[in-house]
Amino acid sequence: MHDLSIGDLLSRLAKGEVSSVELTQHFLSRIERLNPGLNAVITLTGPQALQDAAVADRRRVAGERTPLLGIPLIHKDIFCTDGVRTSCGSRMLDNFIAPYDATVVARLKSAGAIMLGKANMDEFAMGSSNETSFYGPVKNPWDTTRVPGGSSGGSAAAVAARLAPFATGTDTGGSIRQPAALTGVTGVKPTYGRVSRYGLIAFASSLDQAGVFARSAADAALVLREIAGFDVRDSTSVDVPVPDYSASLSTPLKGLKIGLLKEFFTGLEPRNEMLIQDALKIYRSLGATTVDVSLPSLPLSVPVYYVVAPAECSSNLSRFDGVRFGYRCEQPKDLMDLYKRSRGEGFGTEVKRRIMTGTYVLCAGYFDAYYLKAQKIRRLITDEFLAAFAQVDLLVGPTTPTPAFPIGAKVDDPLTMYLNDIYTIGANLAGLPALSLPCGYVDQLPMGLQLVGPHFAEARLLNAAHQFQQVTDWHRHVAHGYE
Amino acid sequence: MSLTRQDVEKIAHLARLSITEQQMPAYVTSLSNIVDFVAELSSIDTGQVLPMAHPLEGQSQRLRADEVSEADQHVKYQVNAPEVQAGLYVVPRVIE
Repeated sequence: MHDLSIGDLLSRLAKGEVSSVELTQHFLSRIERLNPGLNAVITLTGPQALQDAAVADRRRVAGERTPLLGIPLIHKDIFCTDGVRTSCGSRMLDNFIAPYDATVVARLKSAGAIMLGKANMDEFAMGSSNETSFYGPVKNPWDTTRVPGGSSGGSAAAVAARLAPFATGTDTGGSIRQPAALTGVTGVKPTYGRVSRYGLIAFASSLDQAGVFARSAADAALVLREIAGFDVRDSTSVDVPVPDYSASLSTPLKGLKIGLLKEFFTGLEPRNEMLIQDALKIYRSLGATTVDVSLPSLPLSVPVYYVVAPAECSSNLSRFDGVRFGYRCEQPKDLMDLYKRSRGEGFGTEVKRRIMTGTYVLCAGYFDAYYLKAQKIRRLITDEFLAAFAQVDLLVGPTTPTPAFPIGAKVDDPLTMYLNDIYTIGANLAGLPALSLPCGYVDQLPMGLQLVGPHFAEARLLNAAHQFQQVTDWHRHVAHGYE
Repeated sequence: MSLTRQDVEKIAHLARLSITEQQMPAYVTSLSNIVDFVAELSSIDTGQVLPMAHPLEGQSQRLRADEVSEADQHVKYQVNAPEVQAGLYVVPRVIE
């Protein structure tokens, strides 16, 4: 049951071959059995899930048909869930019970989906390995001595281990695509503004975007349609109609023009490059053509990101003051001591590092040299992307430089960790939609193929990913022990 | 080191973060490395390029009618507060 697609599960539910309660119970028992070895789920909402599933079953019998009626899922713990702890992977919010639902959560609820629990993540989504979580690292189902990637590592590992048919995630510099690649699942980061950020605990507001982890592009298409769309509560939400992503999945790729970014292939590890070249052969056999393109400013995307994202984070995280919600230190001697110790003790090492980086680049005297400069180069990078999309329909390349690395390997070296996102950050800076799908193995560990499209071209990305998944079976492979 | 211990202490103060003695040396090193890493940007000629604050430009800031849209739910929200008295957030005394 846990290996069926969302489409198959829906048709079994429709035929009455399985009930949502049975399905929910099945995934809950998998979580109970397998999660202790993974640490992917940090809050389980079993009793509520079973109640919701029973309601879904009754609604189905009564003839109701919402698009995901009775399908279980796991939410990244960055999304506020009414009445359920929302920790953002931090000691700061270890005791925080969200008083309302994020729009993504509310939309999936009204589509009929059943929340099983909340997924582990890097603290405040700052990390590329899930090791900065207050709740401990998540393990990669393909090798439990290795990281699943981050920051949405719990969501990725949960989908890879078949603990849920799909999960939500967020992507600020690669936090959906990188863990999707390292765990062998399909991850979609939509266009900035495509999915509401309301109720999503903010990291870097001009980069954050919510998206989906699923086992295939077809499953992701079903979910994205439900969470995408205008939301009056998010001031940067875009009022553009949401297409039926599933309807265009089978469009033939004949005539599709794929751009190969020179900067993505320079210095690429040979075994990684071979996988990408094999994938390109498949795309050519499906009728696509490939052309070389270059974005000369793209190599600057990592330093630009590590100015812009920390700057926005230092501002966003100033709301955690030990007064209105979250952690408060013991016996503060005055208000300044309360602020400093609540924040100093409530935030972990990496979060404090990013807040301080951001504070520094925003300081009087440095603002022009760092922040404004980075924003100017951000425009150069974006303009180069847009110029490339005047020539090609999408860009294809690797998602990550390497497969999953051992837990602990990079934890003491932030800069090496930051370079994991070298291929993914560009799409965030330019607000572009991008997707990672499994394309083979290096050292028996899954690797991802990344597709990047112009603004609002999610349907094209899902179509291209689905066509690839019609002629390959990487996305059907399951890590040993999780079949 | 591009940042001194005094620099990091000042940044930590501005960010309202207490940093322990034990954590300080590692922060001086890693923040210096990050500052050196992003310094690469200063060598790029950006000429007349305007800074980009938002990935989807051409969008204007949406305004809404000036009407009450949210109900008062302070009791519900204050459940998450560390200390509340009579509907007010309690902090250490600031005025003698």
